[in-house]
Amino acid sequence: MGKLTWAAIPLDNPIQMGASVFVMVFIGSVLAIVTFKGWWKYLWSEWLTTTDHKRVGVMYVLLALLMLLRGFVDAIMMRSQLAIAAGSAPGYLPPQHYDQIFSAHGTIMIFFMAMPFMVGLMNFVVPLQLGVRDVAFPVLNAVSFWLTATGALLVNVSLVIGEFARTGWLAYPPLSELQFSPGVGVDYYLWSLQIAGVGTLLSGINLVTTILKLRAPGMGYMRMPVFCWTALASNLLIVAAFPILTATLGMLLLDRYIGAHFFTNNGGGNAMLYFNLIWAWGHPEVYILILPAFGVFSEVIATFTGKALFGYRSMVMATMAICILSFMVWLHHFFTMGAGANVNAFFGIMTMIIAIPTGVKVFNWLFTLYGGRVRFEVPVLWAIGFMVTFVIGGLTGVLMAVPPADFVLHNSVFLVAHFHNVIIGGVLFGAMAGYNYWFPKVFGFTLDKRLGQVSFWCWLIGFYVAFMPLYVLGLFGMTRRMQHYANTEWQPYLMVAEAGAILILCGILATIAQLVVSIRSRASRRDLTGDPWDGRTLEWSTTSPPPRYNFAVMPRVESQDAFAYMKQTGTAGVFPDKYESIELPGNSPNGFVTAFFAVITGFALIWHIWWMAILGIVCALLTLLAFGWIERVNVEVSGEELARDARARMPKAEPV
Amino acid sequence: MRMRKTCSFIRTTFQSPAAAVRAKPLLRIPAACGTALLLASCRNVGVLDPQGPVSAAEKLILFNATGIMLVVVAPVILLTLAFAWWYRASNKRAKFRPELVYSGSIELVVWAIPAMVVFLLAGVAWIGAHDLDPAAKLHSDAKPVRVEVVSLDWKWLFIYPDLRVASVNQLIVPVGAPIEFALTSATVMNAFFIPQLGTQIYTMPGMTTHLNLMADRAGSYPGLSSHFSGDGFSDMQFIVQALPGAEFAAWLEQARGGAEVLNTDAYDELAKPTKKVASRSYADVDPMIYEHILQLAAPMAAPSAESN
Repeated sequence: MGKLTWAAIPLDNPIQMGASVFVMVFIGSVLAIVTFKGWWKYLWSEWLTTTDHKRVGVMYVLLALLMLLRGFVDAIMMRSQLAIAAGSAPGYLPPQHYDQIFSAHGTIMIFFMAMPFMVGLMNFVVPLQLGVRDVAFPVLNAVSFWLTATGALLVNVSLVIGEFARTGWLAYPPLSELQFSPGVGVDYYLWSLQIAGVGTLLSGINLVTTILKLRAPGMGYMRMPVFCWTALASNLLIVAAFPILTATLGMLLLDRYIGAHFFTNNGGGNAMLYFNLIWAWGHPEVYILILPAFGVFSEVIATFTGKALFGYRSMVMATMAICILSFMVWLHHFFTMGAGANVNAFFGIMTMIIAIPTGVKVFNWLFTLYGGRVRFEVPVLWAIGFMVTFVIGGLTGVLMAVPPADFVLHNSVFLVAHFHNVIIGGVLFGAMAGYNYWFPKVFGFTLDKRLGQVSFWCWLIGFYVAFMPLYVLGLFGMTRRMQHYANTEWQPYLMVAEAGAILILCGILATIAQLVVSIRSRASRRDLTGDPWDGRTLEWSTTSPPPRYNFAVMPRVESQDAFAYMKQTGTAGVFPDKYESIELPGNSPNGFVTAFFAVITGFALIWHIWWMAILGIVCALLTLLAFGWIERVNVEVSGEELARDARARMPKAEPV
Repeated sequence: MRMRKTCSFIRTTFQSPAAAVRAKPLLRIPAACGTALLLASCRNVGVLDPQGPVSAAEKLILFNATGIMLVVVAPVILLTLAFAWWYRASNKRAKFRPELVYSGSIELVVWAIPAMVVFLLAGVAWIGAHDLDPAAKLHSDAKPVRVEVVSLDWKWLFIYPDLRVASVNQLIVPVGAPIEFALTSATVMNAFFIPQLGTQIYTMPGMTTHLNLMADRAGSYPGLSSHFSGDGFSDMQFIVQALPGAEFAAWLEQARGGAEVLNTDAYDELAKPTKKVASRSYADVDPMIYEHILQLAAPMAAPSAESN
């Protein structure tokens, strides 16, 4: 069994063991309920094997929400440790455990919370906004999701069997090399990300193809909703950047598995190479996350002001400028590596230049609000909270782009505060805005407004309480990733930060309560119009939830904000005389089965169980091949069926 | 000298950060609160309490850059809140202007404002990056002190090659003399950082980075590793004692009077991973020990590359 022995179960660590038992009991009870209620058949045919982009999108977001909980537990454990570990107090987490927690927190929040959330929203929304029936490659889409889920599963297995990386979320060598990290932690990190990375890359190719090749008749590029533009930019970045990640982690794997010397201390290796490569992926990665969030805010602000987005062309230009510039700034992540002044200054200035298109976006949102009629629904709260918070994060970001300022702020908790400022204030607020905005479209009923407001205010205030003290501590010279600190003057600030984390916990609980309350009272909150917000883009022109085929008849796009134009000209919701039959992709277990073998392969490789790894790889490849050869089973929906469906589904009340 | 000149240029152009704030009366209150908060705990305020020319210049750049950006960022925040509030759907006095979706002149302004701010900041960045280049030597009448720094698991070794002494986890420097650091790591990467003296820099195995700092005032300043390096990282702290010339000479005398010698054997003993190491000094140093450490970390590099 390779390196795997009974010693891999952390029986001696009560915290880890408790968490493991809790997770297993939770998963066990979910499985038991599904079995008891006889839901397996439904689950298998409607979800596990689905190729419907909407359901794949929903599963992505569900995965993201679960991982948000896991990542947040890590976060609050760290904050609690630092709230008490002052002076000579050791706190309750020993370094070996604390180091795993901050590594897992970063890895999970970026790769398995933020990424699936954004990919999930794009998966659901983009085909609907483009007025088409699915993504370009529906089966591949399911495969992408299941590979991402595989990565998430492997990271969480590390909680129960073995350990996670103790290197930070980017696993910098030489610390992550076999010489300094002989355990399986780094291998868990590497294989999880390699498998999930394949999924992300495939999903990127899929969405780029969808946007470039499948659009409703009449939808030229300059008529695409801004969310589709940001999705295009984000997925182009995925296609260009994720291969770099795969190659970089691949080299580290070769170092660890076959004794290569890419980044080792000896044998001519050089860790500086890894820093450059990982950030050549890593900087575009932050734009992969934030660009779709910008798209969400553009949609939300336009919808709830009742105006088209101000400066559409500017927004598109700014988006594409950010997309390109994001590849030219990676060195600002290590100004302190000793590069010359010209190099540092060049990358500092390139970084600042990205602030121009970003600033333009903020101003355009501002002028969309100007002269609008703002309805303060929950999504718009998140959008305004974002605008206020994000510019502060932008300010501190540009500040650190000035090399001499970075020389004293780099790696401090000021930096930690900065990137949480843009990732919570930007990406997470965007995800929550999108979640509240599109939820009625996804499930056909609206979310509870009051609990949504509670969740927003807890998150907003919690963010400021948790991270403003870190800005101050960073200026005081506190560096990140400390497990304890001698300077007791820092403790009050860290206690305030802990209080902020508790407020954020309230925000998360309010989100869960909002979901539960809304589901229980769904009968009274049905969206019968398909257009609860007076939307402007095509996803609101179909019913909520949309039928499997999205649109019985492909919409004809005559202008920007196609649905708003249809409503103006009275062409919205008009029944055609005749429906033509359409073909839809059938279900495919390809993704689920491939992912099943990917889990086995990944686990075996982590533990050096070679026979099992070979078995897993062979089976996964055979699965792909087998499904590749099987004639695609398409489902035909006849014209009569569509007509019947349309009559049953079409708006029972006129849109506002 | 050039650094001083640029700094005074920045100072005269933008005045102090307080002056930048003064231009915006609305910002005075938060700024005053912030200052009060910082002064309330004015011991150990790290970067905000510079004790040398490098850290002082960096703090000034920090404040200037923040001030320049606040001129735009603060109004944007206020306008966001103001527009959202005034144009609320229930406000009958607000004029609904759905046709306002494009304006060439507004577009020009919204591209120009961030562009101008960035243009100004780019100047600050370019000049600052050159003046405060870590490898650039500082100018002073005093004789520079060379220090070779080695990060180990998990402690700091400071070798004074010209003075033939060494110390662990305590760095003693004369006030007012430029300190020329050459830095490397014996194990994983770390970063050498004394917040009150300025600029941090990575220490990397098999490679040497260069850093120049100076202490203007006598005192003791905390130093640390600011790049995560494993289990003992949190205790990888050291103390910098900046001493007046005579006291520095006295320390040197005392250090040379000790018994321990830093040769390859003593180094091998020191290199074993340990945590929370008490500071100590070596009375004599093998002059080739730093080269030896560089070679240990990169044993397969060409020999000629190491002998410099």
